[in-house]
Amino acid sequence: MVDVGSPASVASDVKVAVRDLTIRYGSHVALRDVTLDIRENEIFGIIGPANSGKTSFLRALNRMDTFTTEMAVDGSIEFAGHDINKIKNLYALRKRIGVVFPLPVGLPLSIYDNVALAPRLNGVRKRSELDVIVERCLQRAALWDEVKDRLKSLGSLLSGGQQQRLTIARALSQDPDLLLLDEFSIAVDPVTTMRIEDVLKELKQEVTIVLVTNLVQQARRLADRTAFFLMSECVEIAETEAYFDGRVQDPRSRDYVEGRFG
Amino acid sequence: MFAATDLNASNRRKQGLIKTLFLLMTILLIVPVLIILTVLIVKGGPVISFEFLFSDPKDEMTAGGIFPALIGTVWLVSVALLASVPLGIAAAVYLSEYAPDNWFTRTINLAIINLAGVPSIVHALFGVGAFVLFFKFGTSILAASLTLAVMTLPIVIVATRESLQAVPQAFREACWNMGATRWQTIRRIVLPNSISGILTGVILEVSRTAGETAPIMFTGAAIFLPFLPEGVGDQTMAMSLHLYAMATQVPLPEHAANLPYGVALVLIGMVLAMNAISIGFRMWLRGKKKW
Repeated sequence: MVDVGSPASVASDVKVAVRDLTIRYGSHVALRDVTLDIRENEIFGIIGPANSGKTSFLRALNRMDTFTTEMAVDGSIEFAGHDINKIKNLYALRKRIGVVFPLPVGLPLSIYDNVALAPRLNGVRKRSELDVIVERCLQRAALWDEVKDRLKSLGSLLSGGQQQRLTIARALSQDPDLLLLDEFSIAVDPVTTMRIEDVLKELKQEVTIVLVTNLVQQARRLADRTAFFLMSECVEIAETEAYFDGRVQDPRSRDYVEGRFG
Repeated sequence: MFAATDLNASNRRKQGLIKTLFLLMTILLIVPVLIILTVLIVKGGPVISFEFLFSDPKDEMTAGGIFPALIGTVWLVSVALLASVPLGIAAAVYLSEYAPDNWFTRTINLAIINLAGVPSIVHALFGVGAFVLFFKFGTSILAASLTLAVMTLPIVIVATRESLQAVPQAFREACWNMGATRWQTIRRIVLPNSISGILTGVILEVSRTAGETAPIMFTGAAIFLPFLPEGVGDQTMAMSLHLYAMATQVPLPEHAANLPYGVALVLIGMVLAMNAISIGFRMWLRGKKKW
């Protein structure tokens, strides 16, 4: 693996510190020896072809390895200074991390209840407070105008692209410190994607974002720094622009962003 | 270009043949049901009257009605459901949502399937040993209903577990990712979306419970009782046993020969009515929830 290529960051500046992360599913190694830092309030992009371990990386950040017996995680991940593999109260950890996966999951609840679920789990009961949260999150996910007149209809009956934005709204409703986005725009039309991207740029003020994307240009538009994963390894970590002006060190990184393989 | 080749023609002939064959088998399947219903309605229909439903049997069961048996079956089914539904659903939720997949839970699952295969007469003897004698409930509604409950538990557990597992895993993970506990996820997402499947299990269980004879014969049901049960400690008459007694134990004179058909018709009617209510409820729930 190439050196992380970043100046030694101040400790308080680091939101997530990943050290020697290896992820296995049974005997299959999904990710090998990844070491990287994600800084406070940055958008950290991850690009790479299919099966390169991007999604597994996100799953490890949210401790989703506890959902299945197959997934095994080695190495350490520190989130805000705490080793997440030692945290007992995983519920509290997950409440601070919002997750959006490529296949939208509209829970079989009303649109309103989908977005109000996380606040309710946190004990918010007042209708007026919930109303404010639901409207703000749906606005930010660029869905409000389309659904404001039918908040009571089922979230699971929305179109794919709308469900994806509903999923984003739900992740935002957690008021997370860290937002993990995995190919969030896969089912969303380009115009709406741009609107959500604008929101993400704003959100950067409050939230640290990890953005996994197949779209190299999306990483370029959004990410401050970008990691390139290839065949279960982290090949490169650099300022995103470095991929495009040839400053990246590994030739494979340049080849990938220029579309020569992958 | 679209002219039929020999191969097309032969495929179509086979297709037609198979379709007809399967249709015939389907019809064959409904024939016994139709015959049973027809015979019961023709022979039992005229027997049924207000008096038949709401009066006691008289003259060694050769006259009068079936009221005590009717009430008795309602008692037996209700108490059995009260015991088995909460227990069965709790066990199924544990097995589907909490239990890790290891040899222990696999053994439990195997045991449940085997429990479903145990003949009802064996359950009856178990009921006598456990509830009547060991727990000293005596021959009573409580003992009979608990025996029925044990016998029908696998139906509830299996139906509930299947319908819980039909809820997509993605829903659970989405909830867990928000920091929801397992129980919060079950209560808010999993149970509301599997309730119609669970009800199907309960419907099946009601039919089975109402019709069973062997398990209640030795544990709480009597062939004839001059009084109605007042609580779960009493013995009771029951429709299924009443039918059995009339059909086999009592020499019926000419004018009463059709009485057992009436009893059978009412028993089937009861089960169908209870099923209809549950099915209606289920459809109402389905209309509300979709994904």
